[in-house]
Amino acid sequence: MNNKYDVIVLGAGPAGLTAGIYLSRAKLSVLIVDSGTAGGQMVMSYTVANYPGVETTSGWNISQTMLRQAKSFGCKVLTQSPVLSIDLSSELKSVEVEDEGIFYAGAVILATGGVPRELGMKSEQQYKGIGISYCATCDGDFFTDKEIVAIGGGNSALEEAVGLTKFASKVTIVHEFDHFQAQPWIVEEAKKNEKIHFLMAQDIIDFTGDEHLEKVIVASKTTGIKTEISASGCFIFIGYVPNTSVFKGIIDMNDRGEVLTDQLMKTNVAGVYAAGDLREKRYRQITTSVADGTIAALSAIDFLQQKKTTN
Amino acid sequence: MLRTNLQHIDTDADFKDVIETNENVMICCGRMGPMCLPVYDIMDSVKDNYENVVFRDMDFDGPAGHNIRSLPECSRFNGLPFTVYFKNGKVAAATTSIQSKKQVKEILNREFV
Ligand SMILES: Cc1cc2nc3c(=O)[nH]c(=O)nc-3n(C[C@H](O)[C@H](O)[C@H](O)COP(=O)(O)OP(=O)(O)OC[C@H]3O[C@@H](n4cnc5c(N)ncnc54)[C@H](O)[C@@H]3O)c2cc1C
Repeated sequence: MNNKYDVIVLGAGPAGLTAGIYLSRAKLSVLIVDSGTAGGQMVMSYTVANYPGVETTSGWNISQTMLRQAKSFGCKVLTQSPVLSIDLSSELKSVEVEDEGIFYAGAVILATGGVPRELGMKSEQQYKGIGISYCATCDGDFFTDKEIVAIGGGNSALEEAVGLTKFASKVTIVHEFDHFQAQPWIVEEAKKNEKIHFLMAQDIIDFTGDEHLEKVIVASKTTGIKTEISASGCFIFIGYVPNTSVFKGIIDMNDRGEVLTDQLMKTNVAGVYAAGDLREKRYRQITTSVADGTIAALSAIDFLQQKKTTN
Repeated sequence: MLRTNLQHIDTDADFKDVIETNENVMICCGRMGPMCLPVYDIMDSVKDNYENVVFRDMDFDGPAGHNIRSLPECSRFNGLPFTVYFKNGKVAAATTSIQSKKQVKEILNREFV
């Protein structure tokens, strides 16, 4: 296998695959390396109903279409291939991939996405996709006229809970503290909403149900008294973990580990771009990742072109 | 119904034929869920490097699923997918739930190379 490419893309989620499509259509040689499954978080989505131009389908279907598209234009794609080390400091950047060797490129696009922070409970895994969700925009409408729970107390938890009242008949916000971390006006808006109820200072004990989620069981931190909340859905908004630990100390990030870029997706390192959910941003969707991937690819093409002209 | 890039085993006859006429067979029996999809993907990504192994998947809830579900080697399993490696028609190894590429290759190298 060739070990020199114009661009190496780390991550084959929507951002990485889109970057690959644009780069390879511009006749650049491209290697996409993913430590997991092509499609990234899209694969976890049983139903995607908000990707424009594509009628409701599964995340797996969209992933496979994007993958085929990228390959058809000439991208080499390695999946299930952990990255062992990276050197982004020199002009020629290198990426070492388990079982495959070291690959070199003039530019690198970081598109390693992230994962929603989880509670870490066994029953949480059991009801993922059949009641438990981490994305109100994606899954809110599946709970139209149903009772749901929203877990969390930050800005996004409260904003999403308010948003979910468009669909749900009742939203119970469960939070671990007796006060919210969200901005006061966001708390105020949630409190004004008649569909929203609050259970403060609670531990999440369990999720139960037959074929899908039916109850969220919580216990008061102060009294230990258990409450069973009937709920068809439970949205967990306790933060988000970007897959960026491997870039720490090399790429500038905020204190949550999200990569900082400018509008052209440039990072602090010349020739290194970042696209998708690993970036510092408010909205994380397939569409926003696809947009980032496009911009990162076009910026990388420009960078390599300028380098060629100056050399 | 599985929608993967692998060849599927759909019927009892397919299952019998695949394990009786091939020396080395890896079958992943699951659904289109987040724990199963990575294993199908791993099989797809390694299949060209193991030409002596036949790679197939099977719908856990489909008509042939019981062939894997009822294996004694799978009786303790409670996480999808059930992945079974057959050597000359007999179970050589079996795993439950999501596996990494490293884990899959370890078994393929141990049992079939
Ligand atoms: C359950 C669920 C449902 C969702 N539903 C929707 C929806 O309906 N509509 C919508 O628009 N959005 C939805 N989203 C959000 C959407 O999937 C994400 O915003 C989008 O996938 C982010 O794309 P990305 O390419 O930036 O990152 P990701 O999709 O996270 O992809 C990153 C890829 O990088 C790989 N990777 C990680 N670390 C490394 C490394 N060190 N080296 C190499 N590769 C690495 C990962 O394996 C992964 O494949 C959903 C998310 C979840 C979790």
